[in-house]
Amino acid sequence: MDWTLLIYKTVFLFLILLVTLLVAMYSTYGERKVAAFMQDRRGPNRAGPFGLLQPLADGLKMFMKEEIIPLTANRYLFILGPSIAMTTALLTGVVIPWGASITIGGREFSMQIADLNIGILYVFAMVSIGVYGIMIGGWASNNKYALYGAIRAASQMISYELAMGMSIVALVITTGSLSLHEIVEQQHGMHWNIFYQPLGFLIFLTCAFAETNRAPFDLPECETELIGGYHTEYSSMKLGFYLFAEYINMFISSAVIATLYFGGYNMPFIDQIGLAPNIVTILGTIFFFLKIFGFIFLFMWIRWTLPRFRYDQLMNLGWKGLIPLSIFNILATGVYYYFTELK
Amino acid sequence: MKALTNRSKVVSDKKMTFIEWIYIPAILKGMSITLRHFFKKKTTISYPEQKREFSQVYRGQHVLKRDDEGRERCTACGLCAVACPAEAITMVAAERKPGEEHLYREEKYASIYEINMLRCIFCGDCEEACPKEAIFLTDRIVASEYKRAPFVYGKDLLVEPLDLNLRIDVSARQTESLLKFKQNKRFAHNK
Repeated sequence: MDWTLLIYKTVFLFLILLVTLLVAMYSTYGERKVAAFMQDRRGPNRAGPFGLLQPLADGLKMFMKEEIIPLTANRYLFILGPSIAMTTALLTGVVIPWGASITIGGREFSMQIADLNIGILYVFAMVSIGVYGIMIGGWASNNKYALYGAIRAASQMISYELAMGMSIVALVITTGSLSLHEIVEQQHGMHWNIFYQPLGFLIFLTCAFAETNRAPFDLPECETELIGGYHTEYSSMKLGFYLFAEYINMFISSAVIATLYFGGYNMPFIDQIGLAPNIVTILGTIFFFLKIFGFIFLFMWIRWTLPRFRYDQLMNLGWKGLIPLSIFNILATGVYYYFTELK
Repeated sequence: MKALTNRSKVVSDKKMTFIEWIYIPAILKGMSITLRHFFKKKTTISYPEQKREFSQVYRGQHVLKRDDEGRERCTACGLCAVACPAEAITMVAAERKPGEEHLYREEKYASIYEINMLRCIFCGDCEEACPKEAIFLTDRIVASEYKRAPFVYGKDLLVEPLDLNLRIDVSARQTESLLKFKQNKRFAHNK
């Protein structure tokens, strides 16, 4: 057994877990700041310098709140719901290549926990299981509004997963691989997939918004009609788990978008500078996180710009807009590659 | 049909053009607006550190004035209590004893003078009714409390301090028109 590798993977796993939680934590802070700034307000600025301790205060508040399980709710499913939501949200980070490999003492350590050869499918599987968290939570609450939220979440996710999957099919045609590591490596030197799949990217981005239940697709939890949707009955840390899972999902989706379409940890013009490989790796990771933060900002920016869709509009966009578009995208990509390969 | 106002807008149900239908230009336009606001100056006033300047005629917590020699001006005539529409003012009058001339201006004074700040509507009628220029509304804010009882302010909170430097300035409220109204009462102690 290779102990060095085992220890490295364990440490790296916990590091990624920590970073994910940290980023999600500060996304809540970022969200409030971005919302405030876009509405000409200041946002949280009392807890610590610039309000930087606000997420800790919020977390503490969540822990201190009374834990309520409704009498008519199904106890086990009620607890299972947020657990699934949180677990699946955290699981996706495993296949994302956070950087190239680092060489320590002649040994190469990959900055990816598991380089699955079907990485993309794994991401999809996890995202699909994520919807069970919401569905079970909404069902177990035994509350009409929660159930409505759950139904909406389920139908929305199913509709948008189709278009998302098909936009990925087109991407797979161009890359010829399902491994995230390989896809990133292919994008080395500004061969970013966004330039080859602009339409696919747009479809994927829209679906990512829908999959993470963020505005303008936040129908499952819209406060005005459904008083919070699937987490109406939740309180204390179980509610915290749902809210937190949303932010983790946002972080992971940003990472997936950056990986698939924006070259992951690849930087433009890095080969020309000629730095040591380890430094390049670290710079690449930093650059990757910058891309992720950019997308997280985009998520927030969109949320505070666009109003929520109406339910029929949502379904219209999904089934009549995005799915035909993604089929067309697959077709166009296929035809293009068929004829260029022939030469 | 003739429009009733010039603001009325004719609603049309025309088919969207292609550019409108794909929504992306409209979304980008919206995003540019929110981004512009992102860098705009914030309108918030961070309250405890920054305070917004009150209007000159702001009517806040009351003060019972002393005259230049530090004697209380109030003679417990009760006109303020009568004028008060919210019936927030109560007082008990007492006679000045010999040797108390340095404390009270005239032979009668208010031994108890209470304003219920929860009843008060800060209309300023007490100020107008006062013949002795003893009660004024100031630009101070009545502090919040956890219970009702502390909102009944007694003389300890209402009468201004003896020290000339700590006297409460009510000159801001003495606008031109108000002074004209009070022409027959010329007192220098308002500053």
